[in-house]
Formats: sequence, structure tokens, C-alpha cells
Amino acid sequence: MTATTLATEKLTGIRLPRLDSRFLGSAIKYVALPLAGILVFLLLWSVTAQRIDTSLGKFPGPAAVAEQFDALYQEHQRSREKERAFYERQEVRNAERVAKDPDYVPKIRAYTGKETFIDQIVTSLVTVLSGFLLAVVIAIPLGIAVGLSPALNSAVNPIIQVFKPVSPLAWLPLVTMVVSALYTTPDPVVAKSFLNSLITVTLCCLWPMVINTAVGVAGIDRDLVNVSKVLRLPALKHVQKIVLPAAVPMIFTGMRLSLGVAWMVLIAAEMLAQNPGLGKFVWDEFQNGSSDSLARIMAAVLVIGAIGFLLDRGMLALQKLVSWDKGISQ
Amino acid sequence: MQWKKSLKQLAGALALFAGTALSTAPVAAEELGYPEKEELTFGFIKLTDMAPIAIAYEKGFFEDEGLYVTIEAQANWKVLLDGVIDGRLDGAHMLAGQPIAATMGFGTKADIITPFSMDLNGNGITVSNDIWEQMKANIPKQPDGKPVHPIKADALKPVVEKYKADGKPFNMGMVFPVSTHNYELRYWLAAGGIHPGYYAPHKGDISGQLEADALLSVTPPPQMPATLEAGTIYGYCVGEPWNQQAVFKDIGVPVVTDYEIWKDNPEKVFGITREFAEKYPNTTVRLTRALIRAAMWLDENNNANRPEAVKILSQSNYVGADYEVIANSMTGTFEYEKGDKREVPDFNVFFRYNATYPYYSDAIWYLTQMRRWGQIPEDKSDDWYKDLASKVYRPDIYEAAAKSLIAEKLAKPEQFPDFATEDGFRDPQTHFIDGIVYNGHEPNAYIEKFPIGLKSGQKL
Repeated sequence: MTATTLATEKLTGIRLPRLDSRFLGSAIKYVALPLAGILVFLLLWSVTAQRIDTSLGKFPGPAAVAEQFDALYQEHQRSREKERAFYERQEVRNAERVAKDPDYVPKIRAYTGKETFIDQIVTSLVTVLSGFLLAVVIAIPLGIAVGLSPALNSAVNPIIQVFKPVSPLAWLPLVTMVVSALYTTPDPVVAKSFLNSLITVTLCCLWPMVINTAVGVAGIDRDLVNVSKVLRLPALKHVQKIVLPAAVPMIFTGMRLSLGVAWMVLIAAEMLAQNPGLGKFVWDEFQNGSSDSLARIMAAVLVIGAIGFLLDRGMLALQKLVSWDKGISQ
Repeated sequence: MQWKKSLKQLAGALALFAGTALSTAPVAAEELGYPEKEELTFGFIKLTDMAPIAIAYEKGFFEDEGLYVTIEAQANWKVLLDGVIDGRLDGAHMLAGQPIAATMGFGTKADIITPFSMDLNGNGITVSNDIWEQMKANIPKQPDGKPVHPIKADALKPVVEKYKADGKPFNMGMVFPVSTHNYELRYWLAAGGIHPGYYAPHKGDISGQLEADALLSVTPPPQMPATLEAGTIYGYCVGEPWNQQAVFKDIGVPVVTDYEIWKDNPEKVFGITREFAEKYPNTTVRLTRALIRAAMWLDENNNANRPEAVKILSQSNYVGADYEVIANSMTGTFEYEKGDKREVPDFNVFFRYNATYPYYSDAIWYLTQMRRWGQIPEDKSDDWYKDLASKVYRPDIYEAAAKSLIAEKLAKPEQFPDFATEDGFRDPQTHFIDGIVYNGHEPNAYIEKFPIGLKSGQKL
């Protein structure tokens, strides 16, 4: 009743939703239908999986995958335990040695065990974000320059079009050779596999950003350009005050596309470069060929998908923050 | 007075000098120093016989020696060998032929040595279900209907002939051109009258398929069952667990183990570069000690620790295959045809029968097979074989490690060969599938004994 609703708002400051057809409609659209879709998918998956018999056992259904998520988490816990014990043992051993040999300078060494699934997720995220940031730093200035100058556009366009379709798997051997040749410090800060994956990601996700930025910049409203001419704005101010704000939607579209591409490329690059991330996890499981392998790979697939989705949403939130047009929803 | 004081100082100095001199006088066993390099990275391939490395890590034997070891699986034998050569890996689980081939210059040239033999036996030859059906008809049966073992390649010969007549290449897989599997597969095929092909490196042909009835090519071990299933190869020779994996997944049938081809043959070794051993002598002896202790643990109490070892190996960062698949061979049974499980208690031997001692005669056997198949293109003198073996296999380091373990009461002298009399050559070996006797002192005479293979004076 209207009276009660108004009263609660005054009391608590919270506006309770009115249980009318509009509320019901949006509840169905945003909650019930997606839930139904997921449930139907799980059912179909479960039924189909039972029918597929691979040489590694039945294709894993949702139950098997859930089991493996638990197993992976348990392994992570156990690994942390072992790590703690390792450091304790090390302390004891160092103390013993210092007692016997006072000149010895004790050193704490990093845990030598293999990274867990959680560690691998973190490594993948770090690698993809580093590669993406490097691409942003290269692509956006390049895109702005190309967008502002039709001459530069004609010059650079063929190169962009030729390199855009190249698969990361084709870049990887070249990148590996170059990194091997140039990165030869005896005490490396970052592993070569990390660099290989990073550079491959950059090379592949550069192109959507360049193209979208160029298009966005070239397509700003003539009126805005005229204003800038009238005010005789210097070039940098023109870019900062007129070009960038106007082109932000297109730039962010490019960035979202690029991030999606980067994440996909990363998994492939990691498999081959053996960077200790999710790609390597999938590859190792495949090589092992144990009866749990397929379920674990499926678990990794779901995690990869979930992270890709979250990265995209994150980019969207960033876009809303930066954009002057707060009306953007998708 | 002044001179009394100086005399006292002199006396004191002399006493101190005498004291230190006496205390550093050589005792029965010299005190082993701390390791020079404490952080090490070892590589391995996903095979059951990398067990000594895994056990030395998990049971803390490496840490007891003050070594902090990271163990990394390698993609294939080439990557592993390159890793050791360029220093990315400090040492690795290697095929017995790899250090020999590298020192000889077949493939990448490098001075690789080995102070420790990792195990004996452990391989099998598996054929696809289709080929097995065709072979079965040619194999004599026991009264209970099961095939008589060992199955010789004579049973395979009619099948290969048929494929040749049909114009189809008979492809088989092995692990690496200088792997034990390659030589064992060739030995088995040749003993049955099937020619496995020659190498001609001096002519630039290293495919190993010259004049071959059966065409042998390289596949990494974990991919072998998949390649067999896909029909790219009709059979392969590989280490466990990839033979049992084939039987478990119904892809193929193991027909013979290398235990039956050559009883108690050397299989894997632990390889390091010569530079590493020279630069870090204490580290080298200490890692050998840890590995010896691991090997002892694996064979202790008549293999009582094997189930625990299998549990460790089935972790995804070591071998990763299912527990049941690895357990078979590690606990003394081997499943041939599905349902035909036989007792093979010495399928994997890690320490018994002096398995860990790096015998020169083992190295020389591999060299004779390299000559037999043309990887060594021309004749060499018996002394050449012995010199090369003594450069690569280092029983002196093994001896130092073993003696220091005995001194610390971690091992008993009876568990090792008699170091005073051991010359590095095993007694002439008689348990080969074709009955030919191998005497390590006479490699050239041995090469002459084979019906199939290059003889002295022959060059392709």
C-alpha cells in the first residue's frame, strides 16, 4: 500500500521495490531466465557427457568437474603446508650451519615446489595485464596519430591489415628466438617464458586498439574540430581537450576487444612458451593422461571463461568511469 | 726478559701450527665439504624411472645434503639435453645413450658425464590391437592357452612382410635416436629377422631408415599411446607407464619387456656436464649421495616402499598418470594382453644387482649398437670404445659418494661392489633374447656376432 511504502522510506532511507508487474518483469529478465538457461545447459552437459567415452574415461560432467575444483583447492592447501614446513626446515638448517661455521651467510631460498592452480591463475592474470598494458602504451598514441593524419593512415594501414590476422602461435617461435638472443643476463629478474608470453600477447592484441582508436579519432564531430580551429588550440591541447574525450567510446571498445583477444592468446601462448599459468596447466594435464585429466582441464576451461568475463566487466566499469556519456550500458 | 717473551710466542706459534697440521692430516675418509652451489634445477621426462629424483626430493635426501632442488618436467628428450648443455638445468634424468652420444658428437656436441645409473629395465614394446591379432597366430601357446613368453619378433615378421607386400610402410615409434628404447627395439626386431634400418650420418642421413623393413621414428613418451591410437604408428618401445597405459585404455598390447630382451639392462642415468662436476665437486658428490639413498629406499625391504613411491609419482607434477597404471610395473607385475598379468618382480630395479654403479661395459654396449646401426659410421678400435666410456661414465665420483655414505653409517659396504677390485666391467652377460653373449672387453668381436647389422670394415 502506498502509505506503508512511503513510511518505510522515510524511516530507513531504503526504497523498497514495489511488487508490481514492472518489478516482476525485471526479476524474470535478470534472474530467473539466466538461471533457467544455466540449469538447462548443465542438464544437457551432464547427459551428453555420459554418452561420450574417450580413451581417458568418460567425458567429465558437472559433478566430476566440481569434484576436481575441490581437489585443486585441497592441493593448494597442502602445497601451502609443505611450503611452511620447508621454510621451517630451512631456518633450522641455517641455524645449525651458522653454529658450526660462523662465516656462513645464511640465505633464505624460495620454496622449490611446483606452483598450485591458484598460483597459476595469478601468473596468467599478471602476464595478460602486463601484455595488455604494453599494447595500450603502443597502440593508443599510434591510433591517435593515425586518426588525426590521413596521410599517416594511408601509410600505416597496409602494415596493420597484414599483421592483424597473424596467429599468436606463428609469432611465438620468432619471439622466443629474439628473447633468447637479447635477454642474456646471468641473473634474470623475470623468466624468459614470461617475456615470451607477454610479447606475444602484445603483438596480437595491438591491432584492434589501433584500428578502433584511429576510427574514433577520425570520426569526431566536425563542429568540435572547428571549435578547436577557432580557438587556435595547440596540438597537444587539441588532443587532450577535444579528441580524447570525443573518441573515448571507440577507444574503450577497442580496449575491450583487445583484452578479450589478449586473454585468448595468452592461454595458447602459455601452452607453448611454458609460462607457469593456466595454459601450462591445461597442457600438463593433457600430457599426464590420468583419468582425472579431462575433468581438470574442464575446470580450467570454466575458470578461463569466468576470468575473461570478469576482465570484460572490469573494462566496462572503467569505461563508465572515464566516459562523459554516462548513459552507456553495454 | 725480551728473549723469553719471544721464545714463548714462538713456542705458542709452533704449537698452534703443529696442532692445525695434525688435525688436517688425512683421516680414513676425507670430510666432505659443503656444497658450492646449493640451488639446483633438475629436469626429467614423465616416466616411472625418474623415481630416484622424486624420492630424493620428497624424502628430504637432497635437503640433508644442503641442496635446494627444483624439479622440472621437460617437454621431450631434446629440450632436456639442450637444457643441460646450455646450463638452464644443472642435471637431468637422461637416457643412457645421451651422454655418450653428446660426448661423441652425434647430435649436439657437449661433454656430458654421469656418476650415477638410475635404474635397470623398465621398458616394454607395445603393438596396436590390430597388429596383435595378426601376431597371435604365429605365437606358440602354453597349455592354458596363453602365449609363451618371451615373444620374439619372429611372430611379427610375417606381419611386416605382408605390409611390405601391400606397399604399406610399417611404422614404429621410439623415444630418441640414442635412446635405450631405440637399441632394444632394433635388437628385438633384428633377432626376429626384421631389418630396422641404418643411419648414415657421414652422408647426412640421420633418419635411421636406410634399407629398413620397419621404419622407426621419434615420438615423446607421453604422446605415444595417442599416436598409436591415431594409427600413425603400429607399435612402439617406451618406458613405463606408457605400455600399461595402452593396455588400460584398450589401445594396444605390450608384447615383450626389455627385461626379456636383455635381463637387467642399464636404462637411465643421471647426466651432468663435465664443467659442472669440475666446478662444483662437492655438490656433485652430494647429489650422488642423495640419489643413492633414494635408490636404496626404493628397493628397501624387498620393494616394501614401492606403493608409497607410486603415490608420489602419480602426483601431477611428477609422472601424473593414474596410480593403478604406475603401480603394476613398480610392484612387480606386468599386464600383457588384457587380463594376462604376469609376475615380473624385477621390472624396475633401482638399487639391487649394483644397478646404480655406472659400469663401463654398459656404455660400451651402447657404443657397439651405435656402430651396428651406423650412428658410428666407421670401425673403431677396442681401445677407442674403452676410452670414450671412461670419459663419460664416472665410477670415481660414485665411489666417493658411496664411501662417504658408508663412513657416515648411512649405507653398508656389502650393498656396493668391492671398490678395491672393481674394474668397471660386468662379467660377460648371457641373458639376451637371441642368446648372444656380450663381453664388454671385446666390443669389435661382439659386433661381428650379429646376422643383421654393420660388420667391421662395412661403411654405408
